[in-house]
Amino acid sequence: MRRSFPLHVPNAELAVEARGLVKAFGDRRAVDGADLTVRTGTIFGVLGPNGAGKTTTLKMLATLLRPDGGEARIFGYDAVRDAHRVRRLIGVTGQYASVDETLTARENLIVFSRLLGLGRGEARRRASELLERFGLADAADRQLKTFSGGMRRRLDLAASLIVTPPLLFLDEPTTGLDPRTRAQLWEMIRELVRSGSTVLLTTQYLEEADQLADRIAVIDRGRVVAEGTADELKASVGASSLELAVRHAKDLAEARRVVEETLRVRTAAMPESGRITAPAADADRLADLLIALRERGIGLAEISVRKPTLDEVFLAITGRTAVGNREERGTGSPGFAQDHDPEREVVV
Amino acid sequence: MNGSANRMDGPYPGGAAGFGQAVRNSLTMAYRALLKVKHTPELWFDVTLQPILFTLMFAYLFGGAIAGDVRGYLPIIIPGILVQTVITTSIVTGVQLREDMEKGVFDRFRSLPIARIAPLAGALMADSIRYAIASVLTFTVGYLIGYRPAGGLGYVAVAAALVIVCAWSVSWIFAFFGVSARTASGVQGVSMLVLLPLTILSNAFVPVETLPNWLQWFVKLNPVSHLVSAVRDLANAGTFSRELAISLAGAAAIVAVFAPLTVRVYMRRA
Repeated sequence: MRRSFPLHVPNAELAVEARGLVKAFGDRRAVDGADLTVRTGTIFGVLGPNGAGKTTTLKMLATLLRPDGGEARIFGYDAVRDAHRVRRLIGVTGQYASVDETLTARENLIVFSRLLGLGRGEARRRASELLERFGLADAADRQLKTFSGGMRRRLDLAASLIVTPPLLFLDEPTTGLDPRTRAQLWEMIRELVRSGSTVLLTTQYLEEADQLADRIAVIDRGRVVAEGTADELKASVGASSLELAVRHAKDLAEARRVVEETLRVRTAAMPESGRITAPAADADRLADLLIALRERGIGLAEISVRKPTLDEVFLAITGRTAVGNREERGTGSPGFAQDHDPEREVVV
Repeated sequence: MNGSANRMDGPYPGGAAGFGQAVRNSLTMAYRALLKVKHTPELWFDVTLQPILFTLMFAYLFGGAIAGDVRGYLPIIIPGILVQTVITTSIVTGVQLREDMEKGVFDRFRSLPIARIAPLAGALMADSIRYAIASVLTFTVGYLIGYRPAGGLGYVAVAAALVIVCAWSVSWIFAFFGVSARTASGVQGVSMLVLLPLTILSNAFVPVETLPNWLQWFVKLNPVSHLVSAVRDLANAGTFSRELAISLAGAAAIVAVFAPLTVRVYMRRA
């Protein structure tokens, strides 16, 4: 499946190179000096809340909008001056399905295939292939009006893959999809990158960026406010935290005192669950702590170190939570998801 | 991903799209427009039901009053209805273009390495087929209720072709409204406002001599009148008259002005 693109382009290393991109609508600057660099063969996540400028940025990179300032290069080609060349290298799947509502799924793919220069028979074959691969074969000859959101998304992505584009832009590809379809889509994106493509996707789902993206740019109010790998971003927020649960609730106060003494930090305790949270110490101190606890006969139910979640990263960087995400998880205080925590790494 | 060409070794190397590609892309877009119609036949009510309804209505309503009887009125009214129906139909070009441009699918067209003009050209091509259908239907209904054009079938065909060419030219005006307006309903409104006086205040339905002088002046100037006269001369008398030359010159002038305007606005927005 692995397949590299014999790209004859000015810059095969960098799929995207954007400097100081600006786009204003009226007097509102939707994008206000965004810089992005995407290495070829990677998945790059653009993360931000609604209205942060993600879609506008993507549209400028994908030649759909002309920037008011700055410049964007796609594989070294200028996205404005060499727009036609750029369009040969990219595929775009928009936030709102960029497919034809009145046509059937098959007709959509055939029309796009023909526009891309495939012959009549070739276009038909390619359409059937893609419908099969995206699980749409049964619905192939139905009008899109009758399609669910997930089916539309899949067709949309299929349309972007008629010819495998060296660079694929996906604007919130999984918004509104059920978890199963989302997982399928993620797998397709990974497969695409394994075969040599580069993917730039926008998302408001922290988890999605975390799961998929090699690098993430956090964008807020039209600016890139942080950039790095998921781990780097999490590290930038600060240390990991240590969580202990005592086996017997009566030991909680004693255990807390031991932790504070051994690690020389302040802790927080939650009597209901018998948990203690502390800023994570370095590993040596942690060993001391475990010994001290055993010496005092305090039994532990659980001990874990967790890195900050991207939620916390987001909160720390922008001062706000990612819109919509917090409500879905249903926890009270933003940024500190104690009871539902995908980032927990059990160390003992 | 299995075996498909990537775009760099695709069939269209080089810079901007060439003429051959522009034609191929436009044909594909026209094909798309026809597919749309296949799924939404109501889009063709205006070129199917309208010619039938209008021909019958006007022939029997005005026939007695204007020409003494329906049969005598047919040589006047059929060319009139033909021009009126087909020209009115050309409004749809602008409305549908606007609707298309507002939809998500247009983003995809714009991100594809296709000739930029293709969606516009394709729409205009597909519409010519609509005009042809309206023309055939109008003549057919006319024939069924007793219209026997003296020019014969050949000249009738030429007359229909003339109307199609002129409607196509006029559709550039509405395409221009389409690409510059903000909403589809706005396009519809403005277009009707322009078109109604032109098609009604013409020689399409009544002899010009019956009109007051000031109105005669307008009607004689009205390009629609010239087109109607040209069609009558062709279908009823089998002659290529001066009106034909005027109509074609008018059509050419419209295209010369509005095609570049439309394309310019369209390219800026697309």
